[in-house]
Amino acid sequence: MLTFDHLSKTYAAGTRALSGIDISVAAGEILALVGGSGCGKTTLLRLVAGLDRPSEGRILLDDAIITEPRADVGVIFQEPRLLPWLSVADNAGFGLSHLPAAERNRLVTGALARVGLAGYEARWPRELSGGQQQRVAIARALVTRPKLLLMDEPFSALDATTRASLHGHLLALWEESRPTVVMVTHDVEEAVTLADRIVVMQPRPGRIFDELDNPLTRPRDRLSPAFEAIKREALRTLDRSLTDSEPRQHKAAESAGMWW
Amino acid sequence: MSSIEIAEAIDGKPAAPPARPASRVGLRLAGFLLPVILAIIWEILVRAGLANGRLMPPPSVVGKTLWQLAVSGELWTHALATLWRVAAGFGIGAAVGTALGALTGALPLARGLLDPTLQALRAIPSIAWVPLFILWFGIFEASKVALIAVGVFFPVYLGVAAAILSIDRKIVEVGRVFRLSRLAMVRRVLLPAILPDWFTALRGGLGLGFMFVVAAEIMGASEGLGYLLVDGQQLGRPDTIIAAIIAFAVLGKLADGLLLAITRPFLAWQDTARDRL
Repeated sequence: MLTFDHLSKTYAAGTRALSGIDISVAAGEILALVGGSGCGKTTLLRLVAGLDRPSEGRILLDDAIITEPRADVGVIFQEPRLLPWLSVADNAGFGLSHLPAAERNRLVTGALARVGLAGYEARWPRELSGGQQQRVAIARALVTRPKLLLMDEPFSALDATTRASLHGHLLALWEESRPTVVMVTHDVEEAVTLADRIVVMQPRPGRIFDELDNPLTRPRDRLSPAFEAIKREALRTLDRSLTDSEPRQHKAAESAGMWW
Repeated sequence: MSSIEIAEAIDGKPAAPPARPASRVGLRLAGFLLPVILAIIWEILVRAGLANGRLMPPPSVVGKTLWQLAVSGELWTHALATLWRVAAGFGIGAAVGTALGALTGALPLARGLLDPTLQALRAIPSIAWVPLFILWFGIFEASKVALIAVGVFFPVYLGVAAAILSIDRKIVEVGRVFRLSRLAMVRRVLLPAILPDWFTALRGGLGLGFMFVVAAEIMGASEGLGYLLVDGQQLGRPDTIIAAIIAFAVLGKLADGLLLAITRPFLAWQDTARDRL
């Protein structure tokens, strides 16, 4: 269970990036954060990752306060961020250096196979396309079996086809250990494809505008009317978040449930 | 279709190793064309009596002198003396430059304390140290090695400090996410990240080392290729001077090639369009 407890972040320059964020994420839940630019999505993720400290409030992961990066929290960044001097296998196994080599190889080979990169172990990152590199990054984050996985617009730089196939790879890996996932995205369709719950945020200062549940069972059919309906609802909420300044928390979430 | 094929079909880019152009060897040989032609022209002009070869001896005379120096063993004595000085000076200068560069690059406090002084010292033309070094270290090896070390120090120091300051924050964050200890961060992220720039700095330092060994040996030495230069001047033997210059060129090129050959395997991962110069 991941809890944001009245979280605020003010940068040294005085920019108020986040204000009064309260969310609870159940174990195994996939939560998507969407919102216009500058609404503090990435800041929120960096706080959970332990890369930055909150100005007020706290983040609890199973009753432990997060103040620094944790071994059981995996991060996938917007860019692959592979280390160019390590082979694909060494990149994927970067977080496994404490394991004996044989065990590490077994895990890495398995993880790379599941993201469709079997046989690429000895390649350099520069020999891979952007989509392939991002898949190595996914393998690197998931091979350590984190309890919580954080993703910061991990597919935003990729074309639609690659993105769709990566969604599949990601869900396949997620099924194995069902970590809690918090993902940031600006793509509503991506949020509806992957998430159990969608939180819409508003900028200046970054705060929660509204949230809606996504009860669709996986695998989700992007072309089904139910998918379309949720996507439309999410888009409408996002639109309102850009015009309204008053947060309307929970009210719309309930009506979304009723609508079903 | 295997999953790899599918993946490649999706990404649309099978990762193939870059092709090696067949014309590379030819291109390399082309570099010899200009000097060889010029040498032949000069030889012909002197032999035909159209030019006076006394001050600028033709290649055949230089070659003969070089041969005689080699046969008598003189060339090797001088070359070894020069090489030893460069090696010692380069070793000291590179080690101190790397250490101080790493220190000022990594610790803001060290940067604040040391860097202004070092930058001020850098503004001094290194040859200006010679009289002082001779007073301090005597006229023999120590003062020469010290001068070379100073020459090597600055490019290495600047290169290492700049490399550390320009390490990508994003890659360091990957290390932080995986909770690397300070030592592991240095070993697994920071050191590999600065390796290419460090090697480039070392090559620059080595080049300067050869520049300063000439200066040091011209100032006063009883052996070394620089001494051969002065000797040729005093005896009025331009062929000896040119022979020494050629020996310097060959030695410098060999040392640079050796450094390159040692460092290249560590940089196989680099994503550069072409080999660095």
